[in-house]
Amino acid sequence: MTPGTLLSARGLSLSFGSIPALDGVDLDLWPGEALAIVGESGSGKTTLLNTLFGAQRPDAGIVRYRDPAGHVHDVHAMKRPMLRALHRSDWGFIYQEPRQALRMPVSAGGNVGERLMAQGTASAGALHYGRIRAAAIEWLREVEIDPARIDDLPRTFSGGMLQRLQIARTLVTHPRLVFMDEPTGGLDVSVQARLLDLIRTLIARFAIAVVLVTHDVAVARLLADRILVMQAGRVVETGLTDQVLDDPHEPYTQLLVSSVLQA
Amino acid sequence: MNGYNFAYLDEQTKRMVRRALLKAVAIPGHQVPFGGREMPLPYGWGTGGIQVTASILGSGDVLKVIDQGADDTTNAVSIRRFFARTAGVATTTRTEEASVIQTRHRIPETKLREGQIIVYQVPLPEPLSRLEPSRAEAREMHALGDYGLMHVKLYEDISRLGQVSISFDYPVMVNGRYLMSPTPIPAFDNPKLDRSPALHLFGAGREKRIYAVPPYTEVRSLDFEDHPFRATRARHECALCGARTSYLDEIVTDDRGGRMFVCSDTDYCAGRREREAAE
Amino acid sequence: MRGAASGEVMLAVRGLGKSFTLHLQGGLRIPVLAGVGLELRAGECVMLAGPSGVGKSTLVRSLYGNYRAEEGEILVRHDGAWVDLASADPRTVLDVRRRTLGYVSQFLRVVPRVPTLEIVAEALALRGTAAEEARERARALLLRLNIPARLHLLPPATFSGGERQRVNLARGFAGDHPILLLDEPTASLDAENCAVVIDLVREAKARGAAILGIIHDEDARAAIADRLFPLTPLQDAA
Repeated sequence: MTPGTLLSARGLSLSFGSIPALDGVDLDLWPGEALAIVGESGSGKTTLLNTLFGAQRPDAGIVRYRDPAGHVHDVHAMKRPMLRALHRSDWGFIYQEPRQALRMPVSAGGNVGERLMAQGTASAGALHYGRIRAAAIEWLREVEIDPARIDDLPRTFSGGMLQRLQIARTLVTHPRLVFMDEPTGGLDVSVQARLLDLIRTLIARFAIAVVLVTHDVAVARLLADRILVMQAGRVVETGLTDQVLDDPHEPYTQLLVSSVLQA
Repeated sequence: MNGYNFAYLDEQTKRMVRRALLKAVAIPGHQVPFGGREMPLPYGWGTGGIQVTASILGSGDVLKVIDQGADDTTNAVSIRRFFARTAGVATTTRTEEASVIQTRHRIPETKLREGQIIVYQVPLPEPLSRLEPSRAEAREMHALGDYGLMHVKLYEDISRLGQVSISFDYPVMVNGRYLMSPTPIPAFDNPKLDRSPALHLFGAGREKRIYAVPPYTEVRSLDFEDHPFRATRARHECALCGARTSYLDEIVTDDRGGRMFVCSDTDYCAGRREREAAE
Repeated sequence: MRGAASGEVMLAVRGLGKSFTLHLQGGLRIPVLAGVGLELRAGECVMLAGPSGVGKSTLVRSLYGNYRAEEGEILVRHDGAWVDLASADPRTVLDVRRRTLGYVSQFLRVVPRVPTLEIVAEALALRGTAAEEARERARALLLRLNIPARLHLLPPATFSGGERQRVNLARGFAGDHPILLLDEPTASLDAENCAVVIDLVREAKARGAAILGIIHDEDARAAIADRLFPLTPLQDAA
């Protein structure tokens, strides 16, 4: 594994029947770096995200991760309890649909505090209600949700608020790596803007490495240091975000960039 | 013996149940599936507890059966008679004299000793069932020791009500590893499980699960450091025997709000009254 | 550390070549730069000269790493060592941009919701300035560029083109980079603001910054350029 990298993939391949979803994908990610994976439907970008996360097993190839202690792990060879613990602590996943990640019958505070409570039982340490609640209040503030709503149920929240609640719930354990699947998809434009700004601020403040899947090139430009362009399971072009988008070299990249509507 | 095998079940079934019991004892708090049989009473009437009792009973045993602490309610009486007829074992109402106690929803006040076995009737063995509707997910949580969700429930109670609102079937961690439902015993009874010298066996007939807490096992009720578990009881003394530390039943005596509080454990109460009378 | 005794070479370009291949137009190849070489020293200001379309903007963007050079080297003095931006990996390019190489373009890419003051203060914060001081200096710079205080807490999305450009200039100059690339910084500015920009360039030069850029306005160019670097059009490749 290249020294200094946090996550790396080599030769990832995966087919669904005869359809190649991933075809020999390599990538590296450094700490604190944001990488956008863009492409159209069927490009394999979501499959790639899920494979990196460990939720989808590839037919070939390897995903390696360097933990805070510096040890390198093969993500798909990890034992399930370890992978699950990783998902709950050092990693995070922001879904496009926040209702997938949130517990709708549980209050906002309970949702934000859950990952802390899960760690508590796992490490057999004492759990402190007051501290958990204080952490929940702090994180609600970070994502610009009025802390007075800490005991409200998520069903009383708007779509944008739910997404911000999901972010708070995920970041509460200070993950070093967060995967995002179209985090602003389906939201109103003004809500998207607010959310993108929030994400941008948080990943800079907490030096979080991000792998972000989006079909929206503008989101990639705003959030990502580097970009990976995918088509039919292959990485077509990769590099510095502004360079790939302003000086696209590959035919498909040029097509993608020229297709973006300018407001 | 009226054509029944000893204690009703055939020997092969008893062997199967005993194997499940051994496994349960080896993994305290872990739910072991077993091949529950058709019993001569419907689900919800103690078929799980009866199958466990039937599998462990020997001719020299002395059996006590209680229901909500009482030896004299219909179900306790029926089950006691059932075993008297099919196993011919001696029965008793005295906790100290029993070698096997089958119970529904209470632990006797009298401290249990080494060598005693208490068998619980279990309605719902899965402590996570109300919080996590998916059985597969709940199994995974047990397998991984991933119980944050239970603390979320406690958190929700405290944030809404100022305290944990669970008054019976209060979840416990057994041997620091498995989350267990102690059955709908009052939370007040939970401390009696912790490092008890007796063997505690749990049988769920409808759900077909067996679990166990071996003697001297650590059993901790879930709580927060700053909201510790408290065993609560009504702030009264027993109207019959004057006990101040036993769990009390509240009995409505008239339709003008009159009520009295009486020990739920009938044997405990009777014993205290007997000793009082003897003095 | 301003990287230097005045006069030290901060940027050296050798044999730079850049063309564009337009796949959407049948693979049409347009060569723009070939064999470009130049040196830029601390404390000097070099302005590119040549007819419209000759590739001045392409050259500036290539130096910034916004366009990918096809051949040649773009050597930047970064942390006391030479870094070839033409072949550097993205993280290195970002680090060079953060601390050594600044860029002021005509256009401000508007980030949603971030107030004007924060946009400029961020440039200072990235260079290590403490938050309060960064805001103070940002405020001063914005006022100097005639962006009144009442606009400082608003995001520039609703500003006029000229206002946005001046916010962009403030951000570009606030960064105080050792090397600064300017791409039409005075386009569509009135005389007063143009004069402010000229002062800002002179101050940067005096601090030892190495400056290279493009300015249309002949007078402004004359006021700041120490020398001109001419570009000549290439023949169309077959």
